[in-house]
Amino acid sequence: MSPASISFRRPSADRLLYRALAVSAGAVAAILALILVYLTAASASLLFADAGLWRLDWHPSLGAYGLLAMLVGSLTVSALALLFAVPPGLVLAIWGRFFAPPWLGGLYRGAMGLLASIPSVVYGFWGLVTLVPWLNRWAPPGASLLAAALVLALMILPILVLQADLALDEARRRHLPAAMALGASVSGTVRRVLLPTAAPELLPAVLLQLGRALGETMAVLMVAGNVVQLPATITSPIRTLTANIALEMAYASGAHQTALFASGWLLLVLVTLIMLGARAMAGRFGAGPAGEGRGDAR
Amino acid sequence: MKLVPRNLFFVVTLVAALFAAGCSRQSGEHLVLTGSSTIAPLATVLAERFEAAHPGVKVDVQAGGSARGVADVRQGLANIGMVSRALKADEGDLVADTIAQDGIAMIVHRDNPVAALTREQIIAIYTGKLRDWKAVGGTDAPITVVNKAEGRSTLELFLSHLKLEAPAIRADVVIGDNQQGIKTVAGNPQAIGYVSIGTAEYEAGRGTPVRLLPLDGVEPSTATVAAGRFPLSRPLNLVHRGELSGIARDFVAFARSPQVNDLVTGQYFVPPAVR
Amino acid sequence: MRVEALDRAGRSDRLHGRWMGLLAMLTLLVPLLLIGELLVDGLPALGADFLLSAPTDAGLGGGIGSVLVSTLWVLAVCLGVVLPLGLGCALFLVEHVRAGSRLERALQLTLDVLGGVPSIVFGLFGNRFFAVELGLGFSILSGGLTLACMVLPLFIRAAEQSLRQCPTGYRQAAAALALSRWGFARRILLPTAAPGIALGVVLASGRALAETAVLLFTAGYVTRWPGSWFDSGRTLAVHIYDLAMNVSGGSTNAAATALVLLVLAIGIQALAVALGRISRGVSA
Repeated sequence: MSPASISFRRPSADRLLYRALAVSAGAVAAILALILVYLTAASASLLFADAGLWRLDWHPSLGAYGLLAMLVGSLTVSALALLFAVPPGLVLAIWGRFFAPPWLGGLYRGAMGLLASIPSVVYGFWGLVTLVPWLNRWAPPGASLLAAALVLALMILPILVLQADLALDEARRRHLPAAMALGASVSGTVRRVLLPTAAPELLPAVLLQLGRALGETMAVLMVAGNVVQLPATITSPIRTLTANIALEMAYASGAHQTALFASGWLLLVLVTLIMLGARAMAGRFGAGPAGEGRGDAR
Repeated sequence: MKLVPRNLFFVVTLVAALFAAGCSRQSGEHLVLTGSSTIAPLATVLAERFEAAHPGVKVDVQAGGSARGVADVRQGLANIGMVSRALKADEGDLVADTIAQDGIAMIVHRDNPVAALTREQIIAIYTGKLRDWKAVGGTDAPITVVNKAEGRSTLELFLSHLKLEAPAIRADVVIGDNQQGIKTVAGNPQAIGYVSIGTAEYEAGRGTPVRLLPLDGVEPSTATVAAGRFPLSRPLNLVHRGELSGIARDFVAFARSPQVNDLVTGQYFVPPAVR
Repeated sequence: MRVEALDRAGRSDRLHGRWMGLLAMLTLLVPLLLIGELLVDGLPALGADFLLSAPTDAGLGGGIGSVLVSTLWVLAVCLGVVLPLGLGCALFLVEHVRAGSRLERALQLTLDVLGGVPSIVFGLFGNRFFAVELGLGFSILSGGLTLACMVLPLFIRAAEQSLRQCPTGYRQAAAALALSRWGFARRILLPTAAPGIALGVVLASGRALAETAVLLFTAGYVTRWPGSWFDSGRTLAVHIYDLAMNVSGGSTNAAATALVLLVLAIGIQALAVALGRISRGVSA
């Protein structure tokens, strides 16, 4: 039974509450709509003209506004960051909840909460001063796709661990006692019961971090190298759409500025498509036997 | 149950009181400067001293880039814009007052044995024809070319000095602010880049492993910029539209007066030669 | 035979526990190094004076008192909007929207997309909408409201997750006792979910504190002590950014400011955890 399907008595206070809640949900949708309208309006003159946005060459001084290379850059760097962050994130959440002594697990989660609030500038600075010179020793110039993905992974890991922990904790309360009573090992229970149960809860958390990786600006700007090109190897410098906005917005005017707004618009559309796809995929998984985690109607 | 409305009432009152306290906009004259993040720290210091000398006056400085300075002045959002370059041909509606000069220096890592580069060598390096330090008398290592992002006035100045077009440049790293350039070169013994001369001089002086290269035989320093001998320099401007009046005019005059030379040099810029 | 199986299970758990623990410590290594560097660079500059005075000389002199106050004001505006709006939206999602319905999918997608909007776009939007269209100018209000838009999805996710954890049995019991939904939400649901909501507050304020690009375009760059909600005020993250990137010789004070930011984050976390515990304790 889904929580919403249990019927309560409905006195007038509830109707008022319903209205208030619906309004706040509507407000959230309105914010997104406002942003969409604003971005579309600001980039319309290039978006709906044949301005070559889908080409590779970005030379604003010559009127070439190709965004394709940066689109690829944004996608690869975020995918790589997730690849680096999600498996360890899951392992750490599992360790903190099931294997570490409770005091240590609590302390670890506290540390993660703390790390989550380090400004990205600080992470970016560490990347620029420590990571990039280190990578430069064996793969010049050091500032690269790899450096950016590593810094991003480090940045999104704390929140990922905390959100995975929330989802696992719920699954644990439901199923761990039963599994333990059957004499199963904790590791086996986690793998076969708790992870599948928590999977539908984990997905939105991962998606949120994917969104953050796609949207991160300052840290990526400092370590990615920012050369507009398709990455040939993992150590090639790349530029992302966000870095493009941050690097040039302050000095752009006219069509150049419009092209930067189009970068933002493209990113937003990209995020929407990815989220739609992921939701559709999750819907398919959710229908399976493991999809019980979030209300049973799914 | 009865507690809740009372609590709610308390909270609402508190919030309302806070807002009421916060809503009292102070009167007095207000000046808004927006624009270049290179000029913003200098403008902040100027504003501080100006406010001290003119009680009741507030000068708000907002950073965000030269383009924003121009746009905000045109839209009337700011009284004065900060622009870290000379005005362009299509900006004839604005008036610029130079408050400082800034030079652009080529920098390499301190451990790089190359003492100087000719103009042709720099062009060859930046266009990707020369990929190894060995060819210019250095160690056998690939060159990491550090370039500035499109639209930045330092890039435009650098390109026009070398008579290059932006697409001809083959960069390995593209950077934004000065400090990013310094840190990139300091962390990479094979790198070459160009940054604001005052910043480079200051960093090299306090032990950061970067070295300034002479340009066309002229020693790179704030002194040669001040003397007008250094070939790569740019004005830092305060721009406005039409006649300035009252407090804004006073501020621009104050920013151009010799009494703030210490503030200009304190931010590692060069006071304009003619006052 | 059974004992043997249990023994085997125990052994494999110890093994797994060990390598996971090792990984956990390794992952902490880099952030710890990072914080260590901040301590070495910034600690000498820290002192009561630093915390209480306004910056002078573009941040090279003086302290960060006014910046700290502006940051807290911006955060207060942000949380003041996010808490009611976010809780409302999360409650609506959990209590009134049937799982799997079209409305649910639409709302979930909205949250995902909003969470994926790059912060710099929020900055440009906030500048246009709050500062220019609504006439708030560069102000603490503009900054806080824009930040609120940005951290809403993060907070709603955390709140939603913890609200869903409330066992179905509680609902059925409450419905059987003829409790109104409002009564159920207030007396049972929210207290049960309080620790999760507290975590949401921690995450949201952490992101808000760490944000630079958004605030540069909305709350602004002014280092004066804020006198009203309509004053422009520089936040800690913007101050760090400016000192590190634009001011020669600013790195010591940048590190010291980053330390203060970290301490502030710890404080908020401790407060939120304590509040979460208290409200859960009251309900029990």
